[in-house]
Amino acid sequence: MSVMGLFFVFIATVAVIWLVRQGVLESPWLEEGEVAHYRRAGGAAEPPTAGRVGLAVFLAVAGCLFSLLAAAFFMRGDAPDWQMPPIPGVLWVNTFLLAASSVALQIAVFAARRADAERVKTALLVGAVTAALFLIGQIWAWRELLELRFFASSNAANAFFYLLTGVHALHLIGGLVALARTTDKVRGAERITKELTTSVELCAIYWHFLLFVWLLMFAMLIGWADGFGAICRRLLS
Amino acid sequence: MTDASVPQNVAPPPAEVPDVDLYHAHSWITKYVFSQDAKVIAIQYAGTAITVGILALVLSWVIRLQLAFPGAIPFIDANVYYQSVTMHGMIMVVYMLTAIFLGGFGNYLIPLMVGARDMVFPYVNMLSYWVYLIATLVLVSSYFFPGGPTGAGWTLYPPQSILTGTPGHEYGIILMLVSLILFIVGFTMGGLNYVVTVLQARTRGMTLMRMPLTVWGIFAAAVMALLAFPGLFVACLMLLLDRTLGTSFFMPSLVELGERKDYVGGSPILFQHLFWFFGHPEVYIVALPAFGIVSDLISVHARKNIFGYKMMVWAIIAIGVLSMVVWGHHMYISGMDPWFGFFFAVTTLAIAVPTALKVYNWVLTLWHADIHFTTPMLFALGFLVTFVNGGITGLYLGNVIVDVPLSATLFVVAHFHMVMGIAPVLVIFGAIYHWYPKITGRMMDERLGKIHFWITFLGAYAIFFPMHYLGVLGMPRRFYEMGETAFVPASAATLNIVITVIALAVGFAQSIFFYNLFKSLKYGAPAGGNPWRAASLEWQTPETPPGHGNWGQQLPVVYRWPYAYSVPGAPEDYLPQNAPPMRGEHSP
Repeated sequence: MSVMGLFFVFIATVAVIWLVRQGVLESPWLEEGEVAHYRRAGGAAEPPTAGRVGLAVFLAVAGCLFSLLAAAFFMRGDAPDWQMPPIPGVLWVNTFLLAASSVALQIAVFAARRADAERVKTALLVGAVTAALFLIGQIWAWRELLELRFFASSNAANAFFYLLTGVHALHLIGGLVALARTTDKVRGAERITKELTTSVELCAIYWHFLLFVWLLMFAMLIGWADGFGAICRRLLS
Repeated sequence: MTDASVPQNVAPPPAEVPDVDLYHAHSWITKYVFSQDAKVIAIQYAGTAITVGILALVLSWVIRLQLAFPGAIPFIDANVYYQSVTMHGMIMVVYMLTAIFLGGFGNYLIPLMVGARDMVFPYVNMLSYWVYLIATLVLVSSYFFPGGPTGAGWTLYPPQSILTGTPGHEYGIILMLVSLILFIVGFTMGGLNYVVTVLQARTRGMTLMRMPLTVWGIFAAAVMALLAFPGLFVACLMLLLDRTLGTSFFMPSLVELGERKDYVGGSPILFQHLFWFFGHPEVYIVALPAFGIVSDLISVHARKNIFGYKMMVWAIIAIGVLSMVVWGHHMYISGMDPWFGFFFAVTTLAIAVPTALKVYNWVLTLWHADIHFTTPMLFALGFLVTFVNGGITGLYLGNVIVDVPLSATLFVVAHFHMVMGIAPVLVIFGAIYHWYPKITGRMMDERLGKIHFWITFLGAYAIFFPMHYLGVLGMPRRFYEMGETAFVPASAATLNIVITVIALAVGFAQSIFFYNLFKSLKYGAPAGGNPWRAASLEWQTPETPPGHGNWGQQLPVVYRWPYAYSVPGAPEDYLPQNAPPMRGEHSP
């Protein structure tokens, strides 16, 4: 649960900083005269849109879900029967594909800010295709493991492999639906409006989050995080 | 500032809020069934929650009848008993309390209290309710499958929850897990709405520190629920895989009925960690909205501003943060490291500090106040007493050394029913009596309300107070039948019968409430817009019940906090949040 602890400390810190900025510590009714030159939260020129805040809250929930899965992974990994399956080589290709997808969406964001509609369309398409290829690659990796007879029921480590990649893939599929809707809107639009830019940005943020989660997950699966797991367990026992 | 009527000493609004593009219903179905209006969704949520709550109430009678008259009622065998215990607990905690506070009151009150037209994502809000309804139906449908619902206890601890000895191990447990997963998905959609609406859709002038404590409580609870429910989600998902695919996340190697199962090396303790990572915050997910609502009820009906508003807000935040790091106190007897137990005991007892602070502030609000003993006020006071009572037994159980002998006795049952059963239910009743005039435009019958209060309050005490003694005697919880023991005297059986008779009576007495609820719809006295002369924004709507979009043409502008009662020099004994400021006024 140390992973969860770290995640929770992060969330709590963000929340407390935000609350203080919103003025929970102030007592405007005690201050005399010119009260409160109002400070905008975050100092940004514009308040964030509801969609952006909604996405941030959703990512916190998804982050919580993945942290809990990671915590369970490390705790269960302590048992003597734990045996990680071999990692299919295709996962390296997949990692590259997901990174490419993330980069493509970031390019789409830059293009959208410059109102370059053609470029946005191309970049969104590239992002969607690479993400879809990533999903196919993940299925490929599952098949490879299943052919080698590493079943979910034969070892908990195998089961965690399928569970983690599966939950991540479901999030990506959800993202693809949103991306498809955004692409559709961009295609129908004559020019890139502010609204469209926002939805492209939201997609890109979601993609970066999924890439980040995947990188940590991949590190866990190939064993780079074993040292971290050992520290977590020592804290607990 | 363009608005010349705003004087210099009032802090300008947090942000210009663009009007939400309102969804306009075109037909009866989109207006009342698949509605995207938060007010309709709130009533759907509350109606569903109360309906399954009645089912859970009936199940509690089954439990009580068996405890009082073991074996006397033919259809209550051990399976039915355990199934009733499980379903009663799960329905009450998750499908009733969580749903009614967040889905019901959250949906109704948040937009009105912060001066918004609706929730920020109305479509997602509608989906949230329908997914919740499906989750409820899946859960209840387990009664119609072979083997019936699961009897694993509401904690669903593996390995027993999915082994053949437990009732409902074929379908019941699967349906329970699927239903919980659906509930969490639905709740997450709703929770996103509650949080983002509070963050984004507050009207001009409604700073965070001018929000009613009800909104603060629901907001904090929604944030906690969003962070805690993934714990249950992960636990349910992994248990479902253990049950269906034969994985060994939680299942150790074991022999069942002489047959060796295929499970290897799983960790039941891991399930407990994940479950209680959700399970403890859940207590406060139910309690924080109740705290908020009680603060408002007390302030309005005592005609006095809430004492220490800022401290109340900080206490809500502190309780929220602390409650995420106390889950281990449900696992004292799971064989954990003593230092670990020490850590959890310290955090658990530390929660008593902000909680006690809130209780002091409620009492100090009542001090020298102009108390009106209306039905909502009675329920709020009933909550105070019950909550303090349940909280104090919580201090006993929070200590490892006291908890070890008391754990798994009726003392624990008495404790948590006082603190998170009766106390929040009293608040729900109080809140319904309080906001019913706004929801329907008619008052509920005060006389029936008071009868309902006294029966419920005294009856609940008569049920759960003696249960502490049974627990101290060592009477275990969860047991189907006691049989002969060396330590439980015969008088304990008599006490059990008394408790059961009272439980039946109090349960039936709730029909007074429902009679009042439905009768007042048609025959209640017309309420007008603001029958309690309350200052907070939901009472200042141009129409009662509030129309589509809540505020007519213009959103209200807020000039002060929602607790401006008995302000010196004011024309009435309260100042609405949106009344223009008086000369020289210094309200927060």
